Amino acid sequence: MIHHQVIVVGGGLAGLRAALEAAPQVDTAVLSLVHPVRSHSGAAQGGINAALANMEACKDDNPEKHAFDTIKGSDFLADQDAVEIMTREGPACIIELEHWGVPFSRTPQGKIAQRPFGGAGYPRTCYAADKTGLYILHTMYEQVVKQGVRVYDEWAILSLIRDGDTCCGVVAMHLPTGQIEAFQAEAVIFATGGAGRIYSNSTNSHICTGDGMSIAYHAGVPLKDMEFIQFHPTALLRTNILITEGARGEGGYLVNRLGERFMEKYAPKAMELAPRDIVSRSIQTEINEGRGFEDGCVHLDLRHLGREKILERLPGIRAIAMDFAGVDPIEKPIPIHPGQHYTMGGIDCNYRGETGLKGFYAAGECACVSVHGANRLGGNSLLETVVFGKLSGARAAEFVRGKASSQGNANAVEQALARVVAETEKLRSADGKEDPASLRLEMQKTMADKVGIFRTKQELAEGLAAIQALQKRYREIRLNGRQKRFNLDLLRNWELKGMLDLSEAVVAGALAREESRGSHSRTDFPKRDDVNWLKHTLAFHTPEGARLEYKPVTITRFQPEERKY
Amino acid sequence: MMATNQNVTLKAYRYDPDVGQEPRYDSYQVPIDETTTVLEALYYILERVDGSLSFRSSCRSAVCGSCAMFINGMNRLACRTQIVALNSREVRIAPLPHLPVIKDLVVDMAGFWEKYERVRPYLITTVASPDKEWPQSEEERKAIEEAIDCILCACCHSSCTMSWWDKGYLGPAALLKAYRFAADSRDQAGLERLRLVANEDGVFRCHTIFNCTEDCPKGLSPTFAIQELKKRVLWKKLTFQM
Repeated sequence: MIHHQVIVVGGGLAGLRAALEAAPQVDTAVLSLVHPVRSHSGAAQGGINAALANMEACKDDNPEKHAFDTIKGSDFLADQDAVEIMTREGPACIIELEHWGVPFSRTPQGKIAQRPFGGAGYPRTCYAADKTGLYILHTMYEQVVKQGVRVYDEWAILSLIRDGDTCCGVVAMHLPTGQIEAFQAEAVIFATGGAGRIYSNSTNSHICTGDGMSIAYHAGVPLKDMEFIQFHPTALLRTNILITEGARGEGGYLVNRLGERFMEKYAPKAMELAPRDIVSRSIQTEINEGRGFEDGCVHLDLRHLGREKILERLPGIRAIAMDFAGVDPIEKPIPIHPGQHYTMGGIDCNYRGETGLKGFYAAGECACVSVHGANRLGGNSLLETVVFGKLSGARAAEFVRGKASSQGNANAVEQALARVVAETEKLRSADGKEDPASLRLEMQKTMADKVGIFRTKQELAEGLAAIQALQKRYREIRLNGRQKRFNLDLLRNWELKGMLDLSEAVVAGALAREESRGSHSRTDFPKRDDVNWLKHTLAFHTPEGARLEYKPVTITRFQPEERKY
Repeated sequence: MMATNQNVTLKAYRYDPDVGQEPRYDSYQVPIDETTTVLEALYYILERVDGSLSFRSSCRSAVCGSCAMFINGMNRLACRTQIVALNSREVRIAPLPHLPVIKDLVVDMAGFWEKYERVRPYLITTVASPDKEWPQSEEERKAIEEAIDCILCACCHSSCTMSWWDKGYLGPAALLKAYRFAADSRDQAGLERLRLVANEDGVFRCHTIFNCTEDCPKGLSPTFAIQELKKRVLWKKLTFQM
């Protein structure tokens, strides 16, 4: 058994930031499924929001305006106290990143450059070309090396250990050896990322399976607002690889088959820089009504930006378009369509990362602090990782300092380890009639087809029934990789159970919510309904499936109003 | 170019040290179209043919650096290598050469990370930080534009013949990282940066063979960075500053 006072699960930005905060204070270690620099944070492109007011065009910007844009963008489902904390802490967090060495792009005056992004009143998105996530992730890892924070990489988390109302560690598997170990801790912080891979059309990395969310859910911690799934407007045709919103921030056009800049019909003022939910619906409407191109896409046209600007500001997506679609955006428009991109929902927690389980914290995409509400603004997720990574790390360290060692939990830890070892052995030798790859594909297709951008009662009910049928069939799966070392078959199918349960929570929440708000667009209930639905969904795991409860939204200064862009 | 929508023979290196067998290549028939990548083919095998195959992958968009492998005679990222572009009826995949194999296509990267850590891979500042960002001009930022694009995939590290023979040599990836900080106008480590690389395990072990530059999937040139560091070291030595 391994012991650390704080165990951070996840080596992406939120996890590393949490560890950097906790490590100088208490014995802290990071457990990561992949080496930290392989984390999905590195795929973030366009930038990170903070009201630095560095450009002439944003000299009047401030954290309050950032908060308002975020709350309006959230369709008023965000908790406003948490948003205000995020936008207030933002500028200092960005400066800290710069001091650590993040190579931000610069203004002619030598300051951090900022670009316009969707739903924002000012150019507020600090960027480093179009590889902002990559550079911040590498820089954050450099700080982890500098501080000497202990990292256990290629450990896959399998279970959360609880003793009554207290969290006391995790069980994880070392992929290179297959060894399963219990990690005992006084505090556990989950920063395990999103669940994009429950969809077939996700921009997310293969590792974004929502493992942390489902493990918390199974351990009795509720998930919040899972029905709110973000579809990014511009995923590359076929592969669904992300093409940054920064492309539109720099002036790119969205064009249909008739050559129209169709956003003028949907958001005449903001045009291509309306929030993501609106732009995605607009693109999907164009495609559904026959104004898309033959492959079911529209065009993102950057040609008018000119070669120099594309090479300087958007080199990453140029390479992606060339490598994965054979298109050089300097010469041809990029074929795109909306793709699943982000899980607004997640582990129910507050701005300090605290959940209902004592000693258990969450931060980053796996968490639902509730700063994104029903629709996240681009550039706010990187900000969320650093702000709430820091705050949850600080809170966990504070909690641990005031607490005796958890040696008393030894029994609970031993039992959890024994249970997980038995369950993995059972799965490794599973020899049923169901092929898990087919189950996975059916799940992903069901989510994309029935729980997509536009939703109806009938389709959601069909989707729920389909997912429940897959949950039953999962019990009969067979595995074909039996070895100890680097057993992807075992890992992927352990994760698959969690993915099915997460899918069920998403569909159940979507079916119940009879209104349209942000990314949740019900064609049978096209209006937002603040009387009945200005509230958060909580999903609790039960043997019969998701049980839903609701809790109020925190509103401080900004009363809900109609969203127009 | 080959006709599409057909099968290709993929031969994958297989080795599990827990099983008392010599390494071997297994052959698989994989259906492909004109866009199928090597990574997609590996997933096809894992899901449809042989669940015991092991390989690393994550982002599938050439940014995370997980899936570097030796594919038809060259170190490449499996995710950005389209099979038709290999122009071959047979795809032969081995783990990155000269790294210990953990299983199949998964290699032990410990030595790679150990070298990375030796160059003190983080910004070093000695005076108190300002309240705002460190000022940096657009020109100064340009000086690090290439070096910061390294994704630490180890293609260069594995293809460098000098790294094969001298296990202590920092190698192209670590030296590119050293250059990234030496060239950053904000870094205040000064001579310390150069001292870390001005030795026989450092820049002078590079014999400009350019394997690293040839294999870099991001189009970077560690060789160039190493020569830049050599120039700086020589200048400091010739002027008795070092």
